Amino acid sequence: MATQTTSSSEAFYKQLGRMYGTYTGAFIAFILLLALLERFGVPNRILGYLFVFFTLAVYAVIGIMTRTAQVSEYYVAGRRVPAFYNGMATGADWMSAASFVGMAGSLFLQGYDGLAWVLGWTGGFVLVSILVGPYLRKFGAYTVPDFMAFRYGGTFARLLAVIVLVCCSFTYVTAQIYGTGLIASRFLGMNFEVAVFVGLIGILLCAMLGGMRAVTWTQIAQYIVLIIAYLTPIVILSTMRYGIPIPELTYGQAIADITAREGQLVADKLATLCTGTACPPGTLKPHIEPFLTWSPLNFFGIIFCMMVGTASLPHILMRYFTTPSVREARQSVAWSLFFIFLLYFSAPAYAAFSKLEVYTNIIGSDLKSIKPWLFTWGELGLIRICGQPAASLDAVLAACGKIAGHGGVVRFQDFFIDTDVIVLSTPEIAGLPYVISGLVAAGGLAAALSTADGLLLAIANALSHDVYYNMIQKMRETSRNITIAVIVIVVVGGIVLWLDERSPVFGIAWRWLLLGGLAILAAVVWPFWGKANDVARRLIVARVLLLLVAVAAASTASTRPSDILAMVGWAFSLAMAGNFPALVMGVWWKKTTTAGAICGIIAGFGLCLFYLVTTRYFPGFGVKYAGMTSLLNPATGVPVTDIAKAMAMPNAMEMFPTLAHPLANKVGWFNLNNINCGLLGMPLGFLVIIVVSLFTKQPSAEMQSLIDEIRKPRGRTVLEEKTS
Amino acid sequence: MAESKEDAHWRKTTNLMLTHLGVWFFFGFIIHMFVNVLNKVTIPILGFPLGFYMAAQGSLIVFVVQLFLFARQQDKIDREFGFAEDDA
Repeated sequence: MATQTTSSSEAFYKQLGRMYGTYTGAFIAFILLLALLERFGVPNRILGYLFVFFTLAVYAVIGIMTRTAQVSEYYVAGRRVPAFYNGMATGADWMSAASFVGMAGSLFLQGYDGLAWVLGWTGGFVLVSILVGPYLRKFGAYTVPDFMAFRYGGTFARLLAVIVLVCCSFTYVTAQIYGTGLIASRFLGMNFEVAVFVGLIGILLCAMLGGMRAVTWTQIAQYIVLIIAYLTPIVILSTMRYGIPIPELTYGQAIADITAREGQLVADKLATLCTGTACPPGTLKPHIEPFLTWSPLNFFGIIFCMMVGTASLPHILMRYFTTPSVREARQSVAWSLFFIFLLYFSAPAYAAFSKLEVYTNIIGSDLKSIKPWLFTWGELGLIRICGQPAASLDAVLAACGKIAGHGGVVRFQDFFIDTDVIVLSTPEIAGLPYVISGLVAAGGLAAALSTADGLLLAIANALSHDVYYNMIQKMRETSRNITIAVIVIVVVGGIVLWLDERSPVFGIAWRWLLLGGLAILAAVVWPFWGKANDVARRLIVARVLLLLVAVAAASTASTRPSDILAMVGWAFSLAMAGNFPALVMGVWWKKTTTAGAICGIIAGFGLCLFYLVTTRYFPGFGVKYAGMTSLLNPATGVPVTDIAKAMAMPNAMEMFPTLAHPLANKVGWFNLNNINCGLLGMPLGFLVIIVVSLFTKQPSAEMQSLIDEIRKPRGRTVLEEKTS
Repeated sequence: MAESKEDAHWRKTTNLMLTHLGVWFFFGFIIHMFVNVLNKVTIPILGFPLGFYMAAQGSLIVFVVQLFLFARQQDKIDREFGFAEDDA
């Protein structure tokens, strides 16, 4: 890599290396300083605040320093981010609050089956590099819809691509903001709603002034924080237990110990084993045994959907628009996966160490010997013993006392732990000082913020660049004014009509608060607008939309929507069904026609969306009209719900039911879990594209030669060629 | 008709793509279908059951190495046909 860069970019590179090297050193010094403060008795709460506010301030300073007034800097960071650094930025962009906080927990609960996420969220980068990313870089797009519009004849394809993008990115960004709220409220004791808006300000300070340029340089800073935070506790733990500071190697021994301990628990009648004939909740699933949580079809389905989804998610693809060359785009994908790999191959170690701790020191021990770290999480309801939050020893004793025949020893089925606790509690399990816990919180926050930044930018850029600049601004004046008026009416009307039930803040109803905010925003922007030239106007629109999308996501997150985490998984399937066939065929098959691609996107995305919405929100209708049947228990093959009985109940046809509904998320076709709906949508998308393309007129010779240009790295980007 | 430079370049690129997709598919899916058989083997010293290890680390390492290799191989093909960007 270094051999292929230029002398001028080498200087740039060196300067970057020095900057981020200093930054890393300063961060480590800061951790040591806080450790010293802890020694001198500074309270934990203060340490937590220092961690969070110091890191937020650093991101904000980077965001403000890298502000820009140039369109290409705003959208693609001027296309000069070196492969190595873009890889780091992509790593932060990719690894979300769920990866950082939740994944180790899923591995803890699901054992081998949880590895589907580890595989799915890494292998997709192979597809990015081989099939899509570098070609989009050569094309020279600002956004993914840009490519769709160019390749598939304009506005309609662009609009479809924007719809797909917004559908898969908005729920995702909401989940990230939710994650920042959760981490901040847990560690700083802030009110959740306040924490959400603090996170929002952190995100806006990074992204608003400098767009992609600012987000790139902050994401690199955030990657450094999050990887140090993730690896530190577990490296220390591994060194303490096994004398080797490489947890990824030592946890093999932990797994062997877990397996031995599992056998012993069952033999001592402290746990019942989940087997092929009976596997009710509360039974023990051996850590290394496959296909107890997911059936083989769903296990491989998740791997496939997460991988292909990776190669279709706009906020990931657009990171590769920022490299100086196609060659560096490819190298950059490799670096991205390397930096992601560092975290993902450590997650199973977290799970194994925690599980060994729980199995040896909690389960099978006397209730009175429970270690105090557990009660901190019990107070928050994240650890429950005997069905009750383990807030104190008395609470635990009382709860277990009510269970008939309870011998005063913790049994497997008595113990419940929330998946988020695994990573967050590891420092305490290892008996490390609080400063490490604060570090982990800062890392989780960095993971959530960096992903939120990337997603927010993807959505706002699609709205400003694709919808505003390429669709609305290019209309004739009358239709432009009508369109803008309609959008304003829909937005204002939507706020007034839908937000009436929301609880007031500072005594003001939500809708008036929002409308007031919009009015102030309009009043602030108006004087600039009159004086601005076209470039300045584009950037004003981009920033205003970014702000609006961010506020919309934060206010959605503050309502704590119940499906938010599941929706992140859905985003992958939706992106895969909507984007993947059209992107891949657009590059790899010259004869893909506009009609073919448009039909393919509608069919694939439509089927996936239909399957998701029906199985989750209209399950009764799915059973009655679409021939859906109950999903099967992966271990035993028994239906998870009795369809005949559920359909006879009065609430069978309930719409938008809660997860407690006997049919919600429990029905489907072919025993396919709805997170895998891309497995239905994507093949249909490919099929429709091929069939329709064969029956429609071939793309023009001019288009075909432009595709040749996309395939050759040499030369200027295709968009530049066309416009010059 | 002799194959044009574009077509020859694309044929090689396609072959490289298919090879790497094959590797990806093998380590992403095929090998994990044999997890129960592989779990009977324990990696010496480290103590991992092999099937578990492949899903937790083995395949991931393959993907990372594969991507660096792919970037290099594709660049070689591009250079061979003069389609690579200048080393500015």
